[in-house]
Amino acid sequence: MISIDNLYKSFGETRILDNISITFEQGKSNLIIGRSGSGKTVLMKSIIGLLDVDGGKILYDGRDFVSMSMKQKQSLRREMGMLFQGSALFDSLSVEENVIFPLNMFTNMTTEEKTDRANFCLNRVSLDNVNNLYPAELSGGMKKRVAIARAIVQNPKYLFCDEPNSGLDPKTAIVIDNLISEITHEYNITTVINTHDMNSVMEIGEKVMFIHEGQKCWEGSNKDILNSSDPNLNDFIFASSLAKKLKSIQ
Amino acid sequence: MKVFGEIGNYFLLMKRVFARPEKAKMYYQQFLIEVENLGINSIGIVIIISVFMGAVITLQTRYNLENPLIPLYLIGLTSRDTMLLEFSSTIVGLILAGKVGSNIASEIGHMRITEQIEALEIMGVNSAGYLIFPKITAAVFFNPFLTIISMFVGIFGGWLAAVTTGALSSPDYIYGIQYWFIPFYITYSIIKTIVFAIIITSVPAYFGYYVKGGALEVGKASTRGVVTSSVLILLFNVILTQLLLAK
Repeated sequence: MISIDNLYKSFGETRILDNISITFEQGKSNLIIGRSGSGKTVLMKSIIGLLDVDGGKILYDGRDFVSMSMKQKQSLRREMGMLFQGSALFDSLSVEENVIFPLNMFTNMTTEEKTDRANFCLNRVSLDNVNNLYPAELSGGMKKRVAIARAIVQNPKYLFCDEPNSGLDPKTAIVIDNLISEITHEYNITTVINTHDMNSVMEIGEKVMFIHEGQKCWEGSNKDILNSSDPNLNDFIFASSLAKKLKSIQ
Repeated sequence: MKVFGEIGNYFLLMKRVFARPEKAKMYYQQFLIEVENLGINSIGIVIIISVFMGAVITLQTRYNLENPLIPLYLIGLTSRDTMLLEFSSTIVGLILAGKVGSNIASEIGHMRITEQIEALEIMGVNSAGYLIFPKITAAVFFNPFLTIISMFVGIFGGWLAAVTTGALSSPDYIYGIQYWFIPFYITYSIIKTIVFAIIITSVPAYFGYYVKGGALEVGKASTRGVVTSSVLILLFNVILTQLLLAK
């Protein structure tokens, strides 16, 4: 469980995050949604400590992340996995080497054990016979799967996904969404997903937070998001002509 | 003021670079990769440039030496000392700043804009240490070998030019390169090479590490890395010469 309490973040004079408070629950897909530039990425980067916050608390199962030293943060990060928007696979390493990398760095497992674990994770994301390929040889969807395999290889307690569907076709996007959701439930991970894709929200959004201009506007689940009375959220949800048409039919 | 900010950020980055490694074995493996990338892959260019520069130094000295009272073997001595004192350390350093420096800045810059550095950080890896420390140590370890290779090849290039053009006889040249040899010149050259190796790797790495934006910014960082490290090499060349050779 990750608890955010009164989080503030500014760049110069511009306030990007304004008094954000929420609890991301364990074993659930927690989604942060909002328009481009609303502060989603800044919020996620603040939660994982890639950006320093100006005020507020971030508690990882009660452990105060903001007040930790750099070493303590590095240690806690070993409990995290992250799927980046562009996958962020290491270009110079093969698929297998990418997945094994965290094991090489932080465990004393034998080569055989590491290979077994990598193969298990690659199988879990439905990737076979790609171990020796390099990231440049993979499609966008395959890169995302490899990135998920790398993120879960150390059995993380917390999984962060930044725009996991960007650049993917709708069908592959749903596959990736469902994969993240399955892994979340299977390993009881606290998963936080940053997205502006409404398909993802409807598919896997067990807990959804909508932020607008750096402020939390709405919190709920995918079951009640369509009935929200928040005008900014409704603007966001029904932005496309298709959604507007469907709403008018409804 | 911006310069002081940059210097401060550079030293803060170096503090992270020289922090204790998470796993020494991984850093050692990376060190070996960098020895190949930055060192072994530079042998070719060092040999080509050194042999031609040695030849040119010999020929130019010969054509400028018209006084019959000056013995011809001094041409060999001049070629040797030029290679030892200046060319093999400073000029090779400048060449490597171009080749290796741009490579490092663009590699790390690309990793920054494609979030690979963030990925390392999220894994709990000290990205600055893992990416930069092996490069610095590889260059500090291998560049002295490049300097020594350059010295031998440059002096050989001078001999080749002297003999093939008839500018100087082989015995004169060989006598010249043996005449009044001061071993400290080698030490001086190696010391300079080590300092230049740190500059060549750490400065472009700094510019690459803090890139923001896209491919255009990576290109700019690469250029800034090369230009800054070249200027620093020239500056430290003066400082080290004064410190090590002044009487």
